[in-house]
Amino acid sequence: MGLNIKHKVAVVGAGMSNVMRRAEETGRELSFYAVKEALKNSGLTIEDVECVVMATAPDAFDGVHMKGEYLADGAGAFRKPYMRSYVGGGSGVFAIIHGWYMVASGMFKTCLVVAEEKMSSAQPHPQAAFNSIYDHTLERPLGVNLLWIFALEMNRYMSVHKIPLEDIALVSVKNKRNGLDHPCTQVGAEVTVKEVLESEIMAWPVHRLMVSPTSDAAAAIVIARDDIARRVSEQPVWIKGVGWNLDTAFWTNRDLYYPDYVEKAARMAYEMAGITNPRKEIHVVEPYDPFAYKELHHLEGLLLADRGKAPELLKKGVFDRDGELPSCPSGGLLGVGNPIAAAGLMKVCEIFWQLRGEAGKRQVKNNPKTGLAQAWGDLMQVGTVVILSVN
Amino acid sequence: MEPKVIRGRDLKRDEFEKALKVEYHPEARYAWDAGYAVGKFLEGLKQGKILGVRCRRCRRILVPPRAFCELCFVPIDEWLELKDTGTVNTFSISYVSMDVKRLEEPEIPAVIEIDGASPGVGILHKLGEVDDPKNVKIGMKVKAVWKPEKERTGAITDILYFKPLEE
Repeated sequence: MGLNIKHKVAVVGAGMSNVMRRAEETGRELSFYAVKEALKNSGLTIEDVECVVMATAPDAFDGVHMKGEYLADGAGAFRKPYMRSYVGGGSGVFAIIHGWYMVASGMFKTCLVVAEEKMSSAQPHPQAAFNSIYDHTLERPLGVNLLWIFALEMNRYMSVHKIPLEDIALVSVKNKRNGLDHPCTQVGAEVTVKEVLESEIMAWPVHRLMVSPTSDAAAAIVIARDDIARRVSEQPVWIKGVGWNLDTAFWTNRDLYYPDYVEKAARMAYEMAGITNPRKEIHVVEPYDPFAYKELHHLEGLLLADRGKAPELLKKGVFDRDGELPSCPSGGLLGVGNPIAAAGLMKVCEIFWQLRGEAGKRQVKNNPKTGLAQAWGDLMQVGTVVILSVN
Repeated sequence: MEPKVIRGRDLKRDEFEKALKVEYHPEARYAWDAGYAVGKFLEGLKQGKILGVRCRRCRRILVPPRAFCELCFVPIDEWLELKDTGTVNTFSISYVSMDVKRLEEPEIPAVIEIDGASPGVGILHKLGEVDDPKNVKIGMKVKAVWKPEKERTGAITDILYFKPLEE
């Protein structure tokens, strides 16, 4: 990997809409709100934005073909160079990577990155739209549902490392509690391990309270070249490293207990950021948590915990807001909500606020200088990573 | 003063029912060609055989078959018959249907490592003839239960399910 990068790039603004089960607003309206919020304290205006990157997940949710084009006006992309970024659930963090190279390359001085999802349009439930990710000839005829693949991966992860279900339930407890302090939350709640384990079994070992909800929301960030960022922002948050990686679609031929593709994406981002000891140099992390076990699985893939050991660190409180390595201080997908593409960018927004000390009640206690956001998607396939820093 | 921007309002279910909206019920139809490698695999299933392929470079024996090795990026043309037995690599006990309706009888999807293929190489299928789902274990030996020959169509469902194998 050649690291001959032309420009330093910073995030100078972040914003998001409420996260909701059924938004009254359209995706375009939600995007407009998120962009307005992101621009508000960025020191830049929509006229200063030279290009726009948009992340939004399957067209099938909305039944709107070429949804990127439909959303463009709400994303502030009117008559601007515009690009849609899409790798399923990984899209939110994939989009900031695209935004980064728009500016790092020297092509543009500024870029607006927007992510939107409106899952509530699909009736009666967007689950059916997800089933088309499976192979049409060899898997779909078996009557698949989306939960299967998570349940199969979770069972493999638990069995290989002998992790009890109680330990995984703790992720739901932590994230739902953290979510209570998020002003945009859909599903923040005080729940106990017992309640998680007594919630309905969806597809064993997955219980209802271990699954993130379907959500509507939009999030946005503003990116600028170093000279602009220093001029307009009191505290630019630098994009230090980016990484992404895609594994084979033959998911039944690899061991799901460990996400190799997340490790590859993380190593790429660490190398670029000059990070050699991530457990010391990353101070706050937002790993992707669509299911409770996935936060642990991803922390291991990100090399922030030994394989199979993330649950022990969780039990010790290492990942609490006042712990050594706060994880999902926002509440994440389990505690705020899971508007697919917007969920990834929501994690980037949280790291931005945490590093600037602007996270309010959610502010972590270890005075973080460097943080990491990660998203995941497709057939247990894609890892997208970004490292942000105020140093 | 600029007009207020709407942050987003969450509709209650009954509000959503009453909200102004337009409905669209698409009837989408597709016909997917199985392709060269999976086509040959499906022909094998019709004859009650599970076929695999071997990459001449990395020597991995793979199922489902493919026309090229994604690891070595070379074509694959060596075919072999695998056994119709295997080992449960992982499984779930699913109580919801594909559109999230509650199932009376749970389904047991599993990744099954097929005997004769390289270690860790499996396919997605379901388990059946299981007395109590609680007794399903990773590492359990299983065997394919086939549709009667006349009813086979050359589809993954020519295998009805895999059943636990008495040791």
